[in-house]
Amino acid sequence: MNFKYLYSLILVIALFLIAYAGVEMAGMQFVFGILVPYAAVVIFLWGFISKILCWANSAVPFRIPTTAGQQKSLDWIRQNKIDNPSTTIGVVVRMALEILTFRSLFRNTKMALHKGAKLIYSWEIWLWVGALAFHWAFFTTVTRHLRFFTDPVPFPITLLEKADSFFQVGLPLVFQSGIVLLAALLFLFLRRLLEPQVRYISLAADYFPLFLLIGIALSGILMRYFIKTDVVAAKELAMGLVTFQPCIPETVGSIFYIHLFLVSTLLAYFPFSKLMHFGGVFLSPTRNQANNTRMQRHVNPWNYPVNTHTYEEYEDEFREKMIDAGLPVDKE
Amino acid sequence: MNDKKKIITGLAIFLFLFTLPIWYNLVSATSAPEPELSAKAKAAKTCVRSKEYMVAEHMQLLDVWRDTVVRTGERTYTNPDGKQFNMSLSTGENSCIGCHVSKADFCDKCHNYASVNPYCWDCHIDPKEKK
Repeated sequence: MNFKYLYSLILVIALFLIAYAGVEMAGMQFVFGILVPYAAVVIFLWGFISKILCWANSAVPFRIPTTAGQQKSLDWIRQNKIDNPSTTIGVVVRMALEILTFRSLFRNTKMALHKGAKLIYSWEIWLWVGALAFHWAFFTTVTRHLRFFTDPVPFPITLLEKADSFFQVGLPLVFQSGIVLLAALLFLFLRRLLEPQVRYISLAADYFPLFLLIGIALSGILMRYFIKTDVVAAKELAMGLVTFQPCIPETVGSIFYIHLFLVSTLLAYFPFSKLMHFGGVFLSPTRNQANNTRMQRHVNPWNYPVNTHTYEEYEDEFREKMIDAGLPVDKE
Repeated sequence: MNDKKKIITGLAIFLFLFTLPIWYNLVSATSAPEPELSAKAKAAKTCVRSKEYMVAEHMQLLDVWRDTVVRTGERTYTNPDGKQFNMSLSTGENSCIGCHVSKADFCDKCHNYASVNPYCWDCHIDPKEKK
């Protein structure tokens, strides 16, 4: 039996309990409201920067773009300018589509045996749907949260909130992004749990971010719609953090600290986990290079000078001996 | 040999965006608002429910009030202490606005701070607003 998801689940529940007990029983609002978030941001920034700088030191000696379409060739053969880009503009379009719409994941296929013996490949779109829904909902949610970190709240954020609560369900208005976020996370988790092949390759490190994000989404939704807390006080705390005048308003409920603690954990965990694909996706060498090897010569920069001895030089050296031995020579 | 320059440029942009609230608030941050209670509200000491309940749940309460009034015509709210109130946001002395007389000083202060734009005022008219 596969217990990997249990480790992660237990870990997230433990985090939840730590924050709850710390605030509710030990009264450590100062720790969970100020120290932990600051520490988490410092770890996040330090880890993120050092990891990217480490990656930036990697050598890029070769052009290795994946060529998923017709390359630039003769004038009358139409080039696929996005899937086999030969210019920087093509690369930018390709990268933008990859990062914003997960184009390569869209082409995901599934291999299965059909009626016993026939091997079939089919288009598998659901991972793409779930991933896209999750990432965009998460992006919207994070951006929406800027309302707690800015004063006055800038117009784009207000506009986003309006769009997100477009259907005006209930009061406080339901944000669609929150529901999509939670649903997509549950789908991505169930996919790992129920599909045997995916479950086989899933590790605790795959489940942990899922549970953590589910915990964050759940605590956020609970806080907004069910176990309400004083929003103005919550913003006071958040504003205290970003203006470096930290304060602990008394009316903030423990659900807030739980939410904040899970988010802090996510931030601190981020640079050391698979979540770094956020930075890494920009550095995919098979996507971010132009396939222009037929137009430009790319020389491996650490090529050392190789001593060559061409045939002309060889003949110059041994011409007389070659003639004596009756061998044909180019120059007499 | 490597793309260090481009990568560091991208990293700098990310760091700027990530720390944007810090820079933004350097220019503009204000302190948390205190909603102003009118003399009448101060004299009454307590709202239809406790202050803590009202801070967290007033939107839900108003939402339920609206549905009750519109759907059943029932206009009396009985709180857990058995006290009865007229269910109305903005009509007359016996309404929310009857006691919290200034929308600008009471409602808007926190709403603006937390970027909450309730649609109450799409239908209800704040009598103090036009001058």
